[in-house]
Amino acid sequence: MKYGYYPGCSLHSTAKEYDRSLIAVCDKLNVELVEIEKWVCCGSTAAHNRSKLLATALPMANLAIMQKMGLEEVIVPCPECFSKLKTAQHNVECDRKIKKAVADVIQTQCNDEAKVYHPLKIFSEEPLLSKIPTLVVRDLSKLKVVCYYGCLITRPPEITQFDVCEYPESMDRLLNAAGITTLDWSHKTRCCGASFAISKPDIVVNLSNQIIEDAKSVGADAIAVACPVCHANLDTRQPDMEKIFGIRYNMPILYFTQLIGYSFGISPKDLLLHRHMTEAESVFKINNQPV
Amino acid sequence: MTEELIHIEVKSYDLSDAVKAAGGIDVSCCYQCGKCAGGCPVAYEMDLTPTQLIHAVQLGLKDLVFNSKTVWLCASCQTCTTRCPQNVDVAGVLSAVKIVMQCENKKAKIPDVLKFNKRFLENIKLFGRTYELGIVALFKLTTWNLTQDLVMGLKMFKKGKFNILPRFRGSWVVGKIFKRVGKKEKA
Repeated sequence: MKYGYYPGCSLHSTAKEYDRSLIAVCDKLNVELVEIEKWVCCGSTAAHNRSKLLATALPMANLAIMQKMGLEEVIVPCPECFSKLKTAQHNVECDRKIKKAVADVIQTQCNDEAKVYHPLKIFSEEPLLSKIPTLVVRDLSKLKVVCYYGCLITRPPEITQFDVCEYPESMDRLLNAAGITTLDWSHKTRCCGASFAISKPDIVVNLSNQIIEDAKSVGADAIAVACPVCHANLDTRQPDMEKIFGIRYNMPILYFTQLIGYSFGISPKDLLLHRHMTEAESVFKINNQPV
Repeated sequence: MTEELIHIEVKSYDLSDAVKAAGGIDVSCCYQCGKCAGGCPVAYEMDLTPTQLIHAVQLGLKDLVFNSKTVWLCASCQTCTTRCPQNVDVAGVLSAVKIVMQCENKKAKIPDVLKFNKRFLENIKLFGRTYELGIVALFKLTTWNLTQDLVMGLKMFKKGKFNILPRFRGSWVVGKIFKRVGKKEKA
């Protein structure tokens, strides 16, 4: 299997562990990722709050490069980028005027044929899903995890076209296939405060606190995430939560790819487990027996 | 919002048309059910709930909309847009209002949010991809808020979370895109 790969800015800096663990897991599953050459930023929240044309042109510029490379499908692990790429495609599909304007701006045809996927989609569906259990070498059945999907993997559904928007199950299915126990909880898709991390951190601390509080109350040992922004907010803000709400959670926040990778026997060092701000490695000591 | 008479000067300014032009969204379908306000995770910080803001846009109450904190507090989580029974892209309306305000050089009620957006765009215009350390440093300098999150930032730096130096991959392409978008929007 071969896919184009659009890592996005975060996966090359604050979320390197997501990038590395995703690549390591794909390697085990024989999925080849071809990085889009000279990809550029998708524009993120800032662009769509400034200009619709800019917010559509930046993602479309990346999809145009992909077409030139002969790639039809692209894996986008960052939900912010995923959402922006899908929204841009939706914009040019629904609005001829903007399609023409974008083509002028990027000076090439709009690639509206590209298939943009979040990695959760390909991992949680066949043929890869049934391949997962065959690769498991570490028993993690005693580890209780809640899956946190965040906002943009499933919302709004007419754009993302993936899973059930209010109560998604794809990550649960995937982690279950790797022998990890997942729990039901009510904050699967509640917002963590997202891009207010720097401009309005008080909101992030409050919203992220509610998420970790719920995870703790259902008895989770760790939270699995699929987004670099969610990860940063939940992982780095725990000392602030302690200061404001007086609760020390010590809740490990792990990328779903790190959990799968660990069950596949990939070393903690290669999964960059030591890179989290809230200590996360010791959670695997709950059970760490070979199958 | 307190109950008082509101004066609507018909045709003095058609805010809903401006929103439609900026974001392509028609607010007239909203029948004020309140579902967007009920689901909004940041509503507790807002002066107008998203439902009230949409109503103000429908009525063309420009000052009320432009002076509210609401648009700048939207986290773009898309809960409102997803749940609206009338298919109004509520989050899209808030984005469109921000675009209209910037075109008209209006002051943001929560200036830090706008400042951060600006630093972000300047950054990708220059480097092609985000250079996170650069955005944070410039944002801190322009808001004079140097000590907030300093300890956490240093810890993250120690963990090697940030790239120390920027790279210029794709900066030429992004620079050109910004230029052409600017030209088209002026025309």
